[in-house]
Amino acid sequence: MPWDIIFGVSLESLFNASMIAYALAAIGLNVHFGYTGLLNFGQSAFLGVAAYGLAMTVSTFGLPFWVGIGVGLAGAVVLALLLGIPTLRLRADYLAIVTIAASEIIRLLYRSVTLSDWTGGSDGLQSFSDDFFALNPYSSPLEVGIISLDARELWVITVGWILIAISLLIVFLAMRSPWGRVIKAIREDEDAVRSLGKNVVSYKMQSLILGGVLGSLGGFILALSKAAVQPDTFGTEFTFYMYTIVILGGAARVFGPVVGSMIFWFLLAFINSLLPELIKHGYMPEWLMKTSQAGPFGYILVGLGLVLLLIFRPQGIFGDKKEVMLDGR
Amino acid sequence: MRRAVIIFTAVLGFVLTSLGFGATSALAAGESLQGTLTNAGQPVAGVVINVSDESGTSAGKATSAADGKWSVPVKGPGTYKVDLDTTTLPQGVTVANGRPSLTLTVFEGAARNVLFPLGTAAAPGSEPAESEGPSQLERVLDLIYTGIHFGLIIALAALGLSLIFGTMGLTNFAHGELITFGALSCFVLNVWWNVPVVISAILAVVVGGAFGWFQDRVFWGWLRTRRTGLISMMIISIGVALVLRYVYLYIFGGTTVQYAEYVAQPGIDLGPIAVAPKNLVMDAIAIVVLVVVSLALTKTRLGKATRAVSNNPALAAASGISVDAIIRLVWTIGGALAALSGVMLGLFQGVNYQMGFQILLLVFAAVTLGGLGTAFGALLGSLVVGLATQLSTLWIPTELKNVGALVVLIVIIMFRPQGILGRRERIG
Repeated sequence: MPWDIIFGVSLESLFNASMIAYALAAIGLNVHFGYTGLLNFGQSAFLGVAAYGLAMTVSTFGLPFWVGIGVGLAGAVVLALLLGIPTLRLRADYLAIVTIAASEIIRLLYRSVTLSDWTGGSDGLQSFSDDFFALNPYSSPLEVGIISLDARELWVITVGWILIAISLLIVFLAMRSPWGRVIKAIREDEDAVRSLGKNVVSYKMQSLILGGVLGSLGGFILALSKAAVQPDTFGTEFTFYMYTIVILGGAARVFGPVVGSMIFWFLLAFINSLLPELIKHGYMPEWLMKTSQAGPFGYILVGLGLVLLLIFRPQGIFGDKKEVMLDGR
Repeated sequence: MRRAVIIFTAVLGFVLTSLGFGATSALAAGESLQGTLTNAGQPVAGVVINVSDESGTSAGKATSAADGKWSVPVKGPGTYKVDLDTTTLPQGVTVANGRPSLTLTVFEGAARNVLFPLGTAAAPGSEPAESEGPSQLERVLDLIYTGIHFGLIIALAALGLSLIFGTMGLTNFAHGELITFGALSCFVLNVWWNVPVVISAILAVVVGGAFGWFQDRVFWGWLRTRRTGLISMMIISIGVALVLRYVYLYIFGGTTVQYAEYVAQPGIDLGPIAVAPKNLVMDAIAIVVLVVVSLALTKTRLGKATRAVSNNPALAAASGISVDAIIRLVWTIGGALAALSGVMLGLFQGVNYQMGFQILLLVFAAVTLGGLGTAFGALLGSLVVGLATQLSTLWIPTELKNVGALVVLIVIIMFRPQGILGRRERIG
């Protein structure tokens, strides 16, 4: 059994680009779900809009990289407005259905053959990240024990962690400000806040925009780390994994999403690298699991984990049970 | 060390692709058109099939193999024109229904079977003059029929979803997996155990109902007694959906499979459109089932009790109705209806582990359109969604037809959030 590889892969997923992208997405979702109590089931659309905003601007229209970043961020703000205007006045499950529908609409548009001149269809887009990697200060790969990272990975990881730090700082400062207190009060009792003269819909909209923009940073990292965008990455399951991460780490906790993402990816990477090896070395009986079944098994565990967490420990690892918005009306 | 690095990179690449993309992309790909050419029970080889997309550009071609099979992988879901090159048919063999050119819709992730019924050529001169393409009117009528058919399939699932929402307040994201459960049960009975489709379909509905009952008995009922919040349950249902969907993938794999019978059936002419008899039978069954359930809801004591629980559970409990028993009954009926819907969907577009998940959003759209929690609204909403998806293909590309339905959903929520039959007080 190649334990060094199994543990190397698992350890690396504590800080690699996928983990960073999910963490950023979950930080945004935490603003929506954890702090404000908005059931946004279309967070993957924010990442998709950002990633495609960048990729299409650079790859399809040949504009500079930084314009692409700007387009991606603007896209996230516009999407938040589009989702929020019809639904923020309605009950929570309407927002859930509209956001999930919107994220599917966006994914289907990205992968449609009709628009493939702009979006690349189901193949997606490549070659938009050259300007980003041209800024790369690293020139040699890093090898520490069983972990090795090449120069490109190092650069993506560095930028990603800087973005995580900035995002966490923004969330921390925003939530201890008067604005954040109103946001949390809306989660607890919307009518009470309204009776104090606050414009609840406007506050919810601001929260939707803030969380969407934070999540869109994850979209940039995802696109840049793979140097490609592909429409099916941004399916609804992506959003469900973010929920697992937010709840695992603890909703309405600043560091919750980051810790949640680390644990989520560590366990998933460990299982997904352990199982194929077990099968290859004959420790797993053939009738029970074939190599092609190892992937689904990981996701069965994700679903099971989500169910068990919500039943037995809805506050996750760090959360406070009183602060978790799970009652609904 | 060098070797270790290579292995490491390979494993990492595998892990990244299997984690990052594998779950969705590998399965979304693989749309194709396929078929088997036979004449009087004998395979016909060497026949050229051309496939072109909506704009008329060629999307691929295939030649039937020695066993008569041909397959053309296509780029994605959409509408394709399939032409059988009649000059490559063996001497004396023709396409029996005089339609060597078909326009077909390929669904996401599905392999669409194409049927060219071949026959020995009739005497020269008696050839029907049906070579021109379908007229606009025929196309519209055909789409309306398909829309109603699809709407009925959605309605079966939507009724159960709506009842569950009405009685226990749960937005059940695992309802799509009940649909898949029905289709897969029928598949197991029919293909693995060689039970005829009709009997397996009936058994699948029974098993589906039992599965619904079982889910509520061991899981949802237990959560209700624990007083789990509704939002909590909604997210739990997402977890349940993930578990079930990947259990299906674990057991059945990711390919789209067909039942052993009724896969491709030649249509019978009904005025201007041709409809396969299996679809008409399914429509009749769906209508009868929907009418019976609706009547039961309005006329019987249990139906009245169900509506009472939907209206006000506390008051219903106070007037001596066992709320838990009603909810369990609703889960059983919902499971059975979803299973029936799954069987029909399986006959319509093949069986796949994520078929229910793919249709779930349309079911949600139907329920929301009709008004959350209103059983009759769900029926109306389903027909609207079915017709909207199909008729929208007159103006937008077929691959985007679900986009049309979802946009309609969002627009309705903007202007009439309570849905067509919903009541104002439920929304705010």
